[in-house]
Amino acid sequence: MSIIAFIQQAIRFATIFLFGSTGESITERSGHLNLGVPGIMCVGSAGAALGAKLYLTLVDSCGFPMNGFFGVLFPVLFCLICGALAGLMFCFFTATLKANQNVVGLSMTTFGIGLYVVIFQILGESGYTRLGGYFTKVFFDSVSASNWFELLFLSYGPLVYLAIIVSIIAGLIIRKTKLGLTLRSVGENPSAADATGINVQKYRYVATIIGSAIAALGGCFLFMDYMAGQPLYNIDTYGWMAVALVIFVGWNPDLGVLGSFLFAAAYILPDSIKIDSKNPLIEIVRLLPYFLTIIILIISSVSKTKLSNGPKALGVTYFREDR
Amino acid sequence: MSEAILELKNVTKRFGSVTAVDHVDFTLNKGEIMAILGENGSGKTSLMNIVDGIYFPDEGKVYVNGKEAVIASPLDAFKYHIGMVHQHFKLVDTFSAIDNILLGEKSSFSFKESFKKYKDEYSNSKSGFRRVLAALLFGLKTVSLPFAFLGNALHLNPLRKNRGASIEKIAATYGFEINLNKKIKDMSVSERQTVEIIKALYKGADVLILDEPTAVLTPQEIRRLFKVLKEMKAGGKSIVIITHKLNEVEEISDRVAVMAKGKHIATVITKECDQMKLTEMMVGKKIELNIKRSEVKEPKLRLKVEDLDYVDHKGRHRLKHINFDLYGGEILGVAGIAGSGQKELLESIAGIRKRAVGSCLFYDDGNIVELMHKNPNIIRDMGVHLSFVPEDRLGMGLVGSLDLVDNVMLRSYSKGKGGLLQRKKPERLTEQIIKDFDVKTTSSHQQIGKLSGGNVQKILVGREIASSPRVLMTAYPVRGLDINTSYLIYNILDEQKTKGVGVMLVGEDLDVLLALCDRIIVMNSGHVAGIVDARTTTKEEIGLLMTKSEETPTMTEAEAK
Repeated sequence: MSIIAFIQQAIRFATIFLFGSTGESITERSGHLNLGVPGIMCVGSAGAALGAKLYLTLVDSCGFPMNGFFGVLFPVLFCLICGALAGLMFCFFTATLKANQNVVGLSMTTFGIGLYVVIFQILGESGYTRLGGYFTKVFFDSVSASNWFELLFLSYGPLVYLAIIVSIIAGLIIRKTKLGLTLRSVGENPSAADATGINVQKYRYVATIIGSAIAALGGCFLFMDYMAGQPLYNIDTYGWMAVALVIFVGWNPDLGVLGSFLFAAAYILPDSIKIDSKNPLIEIVRLLPYFLTIIILIISSVSKTKLSNGPKALGVTYFREDR
Repeated sequence: MSEAILELKNVTKRFGSVTAVDHVDFTLNKGEIMAILGENGSGKTSLMNIVDGIYFPDEGKVYVNGKEAVIASPLDAFKYHIGMVHQHFKLVDTFSAIDNILLGEKSSFSFKESFKKYKDEYSNSKSGFRRVLAALLFGLKTVSLPFAFLGNALHLNPLRKNRGASIEKIAATYGFEINLNKKIKDMSVSERQTVEIIKALYKGADVLILDEPTAVLTPQEIRRLFKVLKEMKAGGKSIVIITHKLNEVEEISDRVAVMAKGKHIATVITKECDQMKLTEMMVGKKIELNIKRSEVKEPKLRLKVEDLDYVDHKGRHRLKHINFDLYGGEILGVAGIAGSGQKELLESIAGIRKRAVGSCLFYDDGNIVELMHKNPNIIRDMGVHLSFVPEDRLGMGLVGSLDLVDNVMLRSYSKGKGGLLQRKKPERLTEQIIKDFDVKTTSSHQQIGKLSGGNVQKILVGREIASSPRVLMTAYPVRGLDINTSYLIYNILDEQKTKGVGVMLVGEDLDVLLALCDRIIVMNSGHVAGIVDARTTTKEEIGLLMTKSEETPTMTEAEAK
């Protein structure tokens, strides 16, 4: 595999992590530690499947027009709705009922994986490939392998571009606008934010719901674009990597563009170098992304730079009358 | 003058079975400074939290300017022009002062008003070419209204460079000298307080509530704060100051409301009352307000600390070349702004801070022992009689969920023979402590976490004294205690001193340190700024040493007596 093709593959793969980490960064900036991201990605996949099935049924039985716009819109819309609902559920338990965020997050993951399996059992596992084509390409149907510019910049589906745009906008909003300042204050010191009249609950709800919806798109992308409509049963693995990525990029979604690329490159490296699959060495190469994650976590917790400073009130449920 | 700006009627607030505020009436007049005086846990802060919207009262009504007001959140409080400076400042550490002050500012936008504004602009324009231009502009602006609305809803207002201008103007009016671009985490306590006050003023507070504003300030800073408060009062603001210090009440307030156990005892005019009477109202009975200080007899060197240095795990230099001697039969006070290294100093000597380097020699009737690089267990096994009463009683000193006896035997259980615990001796000791110090508990097997702060402290001090120490170190021993227990603790320390124990006392109340100690070490950002004689020095001198800039450390070792 040529180096250009490797980079192209990495960028494509990175989108899964990028959606997950962007969503989780937004959520965590509000002080909610949502460990349910892997589950939410599963829910996103399931939502995309629901949307796709509905659209295909409409096309087949009602004569609905079959085109790329609707083919992408239906799965994405359903994925967003399902992700947002999952986020709403997390908020209801943690912000309203004041349950422990870690516990709720982890059970959301278990719940999401379970729901994913159930939905695919009901809907069936095949048929989605009909829409897969709409997801994988947006500019050209066939990109010539010799043209590096086309290959690197124009050969992706719509969700890849969406992921990059959303991350950069989210990063700008968090750092440069009043809205971001308010969001950060809620995550840093909710009682200070409350004392200035900011509705802490509202901000946490909105940030978590938007974050979850974005994270769910990671599952949608993996299912509809990367697998081109083939269901996959280890989506949660990618979710955990996305959570680690949040720490790596220091809660900055725009840095996540670079971070996710690095993670993805490490992840697909073993498949790109030619080692016999029976060679035990390949297992060590396969460890690389996980090893990278651990190293990154160690570095970011030891270093004194800005990188390691997460929101101070992360994981702390806010209760105004707390004494 | 006597126009009431804020009135509370029959206000009650309960937390579970505890009634924090019990049917309290309270009136604040326009343009006065009112003090709320009471011991810890008497409900002063809870009462004011109700006014600020942090707590919602279970019963009672709040009136602002004579009209009934429902204050359900801090936002409501701002609407009624009430601002509060909490004891634990509500600031975001990683933001600059300006961002903290601007936080939560609402930008209002309405279609109608904007349209009207544009229309007025158009109709006021001159005729001819300009009018055509104005019409064009008017049309464009009207079309862009939805976008403006969207931008406003998103607060898509880039954080401007000059956004602090209006804040600086307020700061200048009241003579605050502060760099508003500094981040909160880089600020001193006094600067943070200033930011909080400016924040309240910026949000248009007419009633300013200050919760224990002087607890962490030096005498100089307190004077500056009081000057500002008096200026505000002259400017028509009404101020409530929560405190438990009597001299401050006398210095600053016009009237004083005394609270005890959640109840409002009385409101009096400060000038017509003296300290004795206020204390009596606050405590409920007459008490002697004199701290006993015995003369130093036959001082014997107990502890020699040389070149003690401590860098914590985050690389911050917490103790810098500390040198001092501690003699038996004296009380050595440690003063300083909070976080100047007082806690680290005691913990380094006690062997808890393993990164500390230097020398710390312990003199025990002929024996000389080096305490550095040894953990507390080794120190104890060497037969060193060193006792440490840490500031965090239930965190470091005792185990809250264990009973009294188990806590008393924490220090000695490892000495017992065999694998089984021997409870007889500690049980006797516990009964002794309960009797000697008048600890209020149901039995010696009561869970210690369920006792009040004062009783917990009595057990801890009793346990440490029972091991007949040569050196007794205490950090903030009276923090959170009622006045009676505080004076009991002072007397115990003095008693230990007359027995020849070298006592080290980290304190925050300079008046107490000056009245109780023989010498005082003043710490300033990790180094010893000076060691002064408590009998001849003044509060101002100590205050200066506490805040003097770091570059010129003066080692004025007072002659040991």
